[in-house]
Amino acid sequence: MVMFTFRRFLQLIPVFFGATLLVYFLVFATPGDPIAALSGGKPMAPAVEAALRAQYNLDQPFWVQYGLYLKNLVTLNLGQTFSGQAVSDVIGRAYPVTARLAVMALAFEGILGVFFGVIAGLRKGKLFDSTVLVASLVVIAVPTFVLGFVLQLVVGVQLGWAKPTVSGTAPWNQLVLPALVLGLVSLAYVIRLTRASISENMNADYVRTATAKGLSRRRVVLVHILRNSLIPVVTFLGADLGGLMGGAIVTEGIFNVPGIGNLLYKAILNGETPTVVAVVGILVIVFVVANLAVDLLYAWLDPRIRYV
Amino acid sequence: MRFSRTSKALGVAAVLAMSLTACGGSTGGGNSGTAGGNTSKAITANGTEPQNGLLPANTNEVGGGRVMDLIFAGLVSYDVTGKTVNELADSITTKDSQNYTIKIKSGQTFSDGTPITAKNFVDAWNFGAAAKNAQLNSYFFAPIKGYAQVQDPKSKVDTMSGLKVVDDTTFTVELSAPESDFPLALGYTAFYPLPESAYKDTKAFGENPIGDGPYMLAPGGWKHNVSVTLIPNPKYKGPNKPKNGGVTFKLYNSTDAAYTDVQSDNLDVLDQVPPSGLQNFKTDFAGRFVNQAYAGNATMTIPSYLPEFKGEAGQMRRQAISMSIDRQQIIDKIFYGNKKVATEFTSPVLDGYDANLPGSDVLKYNPTKAKELWAAADKISPWPAGKVFTITSNIDGAGNKEYITAMANQIATTLGIKAQLNPIATFKQMRDLVNKKALTGASRAGWQADYPSLQDFLGPLYGTGAGSNDGNYSSAAFDAKLKEGLAAKTVEDGNKIFNQAQEILLKDLPVIPLWYQAVQGVWSNNVSNVKFGWNGVPLYYDITAK
Repeated sequence: MVMFTFRRFLQLIPVFFGATLLVYFLVFATPGDPIAALSGGKPMAPAVEAALRAQYNLDQPFWVQYGLYLKNLVTLNLGQTFSGQAVSDVIGRAYPVTARLAVMALAFEGILGVFFGVIAGLRKGKLFDSTVLVASLVVIAVPTFVLGFVLQLVVGVQLGWAKPTVSGTAPWNQLVLPALVLGLVSLAYVIRLTRASISENMNADYVRTATAKGLSRRRVVLVHILRNSLIPVVTFLGADLGGLMGGAIVTEGIFNVPGIGNLLYKAILNGETPTVVAVVGILVIVFVVANLAVDLLYAWLDPRIRYV
Repeated sequence: MRFSRTSKALGVAAVLAMSLTACGGSTGGGNSGTAGGNTSKAITANGTEPQNGLLPANTNEVGGGRVMDLIFAGLVSYDVTGKTVNELADSITTKDSQNYTIKIKSGQTFSDGTPITAKNFVDAWNFGAAAKNAQLNSYFFAPIKGYAQVQDPKSKVDTMSGLKVVDDTTFTVELSAPESDFPLALGYTAFYPLPESAYKDTKAFGENPIGDGPYMLAPGGWKHNVSVTLIPNPKYKGPNKPKNGGVTFKLYNSTDAAYTDVQSDNLDVLDQVPPSGLQNFKTDFAGRFVNQAYAGNATMTIPSYLPEFKGEAGQMRRQAISMSIDRQQIIDKIFYGNKKVATEFTSPVLDGYDANLPGSDVLKYNPTKAKELWAAADKISPWPAGKVFTITSNIDGAGNKEYITAMANQIATTLGIKAQLNPIATFKQMRDLVNKKALTGASRAGWQADYPSLQDFLGPLYGTGAGSNDGNYSSAAFDAKLKEGLAAKTVEDGNKIFNQAQEILLKDLPVIPLWYQAVQGVWSNNVSNVKFGWNGVPLYYDITAK
């Protein structure tokens, strides 16, 4: 188990460097001149322009730029934004906010999703099951930004139950609404996954055996059915965490959350290579670690799976 | 997007004229000015993350600019109508529009208590001008004698010979050539003074600046990407004393979110209604909105390097295109009437604006004349068969796509040619094309004044070789008029000559003026006395909390 975990961590190194190289190249190759944009349609003295280009190594060829970036990376210097701030500071401020948002969304979809999914699965074909199926279909069909704007308008502006946007410190209570929006689509998937998995396992031999042994229904459902049914759900949630961390761009935009999604969006528009590469690099790590966590959870949920 | 930037210009009686025409709502606020608000309560306003450290010569966009203009004060400032008033300056005098003597009021201090001297100005301007400091606004110092030397990367000189400190409260400025509107520029962000302590570590200073304006940055006030908190500066003695307990700028990534916040009284002042709100903001905010022209315009550049637009035929084609655009229809249908048709190249809020310049008929919708002109041009040199007239624009800015598509359709219908939007994904890509002079057709353009002068709308844009002359326009007659206007003894004399220069532009049409920009602002139930200045920025210090 330890060896397995260690090996997986070693894999992070080539994955990280491959990803940064690729992203660095992509930002480098996108057309447009970030320094030209910096002056915003107003004139810029040629000498000033040259000085700025030199400051951000933009006057160097690709490999030199990337090499200089790597050199800085070794000393944990992630580079500078065009406003002269350290990228590590910028990410350090934005990341906790997005992490909180993602964890809330994940908890929301995990807990409610499994809960509704189990009930629907146990009562397959009944009214509750059909209602949940239809409702989840609607949620999947409606784009996130529509959900976001509608909830913001209704709950935030008209009913006044919550603030329509998140304030700078992004306290937990203000993140509830955006987390809800962020988690809603995945919630629908979790419900459907759990339901399908539960209803499938209901007819499994081991469930019949357990019931025949005279175990209470409660024990049969919680320990025997649920534990086995959770494997696909956990896989989905693990992959989703990575998605939630990076994919919050739309939701963060609507609710003005000062998180990583907003940061990435602006950095891409401005052609701020160091910020884009650093954020994507971290997202890659999150994905890999989340996948590792999923693999380890497998072993716990299904002891037949053992890693060496 | 970045076309919106900090800017200042002079608006006078024309503001009134505008508010009667395009801007019926400008009286909507019930601004009695006497409301006994709570002067110790802070207000909130929308903002965007300043793009650079808060140094005067490096702040060239609206996010940083609105903060700078509150925490710094310059030699002059601009009142609500845009008129220039002396702030730190006691007097600015000249006999030849080239040599200026500037006296500053004694007893003025920065917010940390250090006195403001003539040297603070001279040092700050030299710092801003020198290429090695890479300040974005450095070109503002270009008129001053010795600028070329401090911009030359090989030169060791880092002070301009045109600036001399006479005594603690007096300094002189010698320009390379006469500029009658130089005093008007002195309220622009780039010309603010810096305290001696700024130069020790300019980066740290930019994060936590010490200024001399009506407000100062609260301790740790700049929370990046979140908010900028300002508190009143007790040392401030100028005319713009705060009537509230401070201003907190909440930084938004989209004006949609800010608009929603004002609707639920979660934000006090918003100076930019998003496109989605343009249709309804007057009913959403009955009595709490403003719709008023400011010193900015929208134009379409037709580069002179395009072969089809050269010579006499080119001139006729430009006029034909201009006359085939029904500006009012686009304003009504796409902007819900919230702009005003352009009649010349500057802005109606400026001193010297003239709505009826000879030749301005070329900006009126006239499809018959347009067709005639196009046909006449075709006789001289035919429009290439199947050639598409393209209008290039970045589409990351809201609304660009819609109005340009509509405009292309009008041109196509009237002239019987193919015309379409050439969409460019991002602003940086668009600027790159423009700067490289690589446009293959027309392109979207616009200008916001930096300081109160007709000249600021003309010289930088259409002078031969000027910094923002995106279309490579060059006219000896226009250059001569510009020079003559700058050498004038007074601003008024200069304006007359600048308008004559505009008559030349109306014939040549290096760009096609479309409309004047107007600011749409709204505010919450928690504040009163909200007024917007000539540059579309609210007068934050005047706003009172309830």
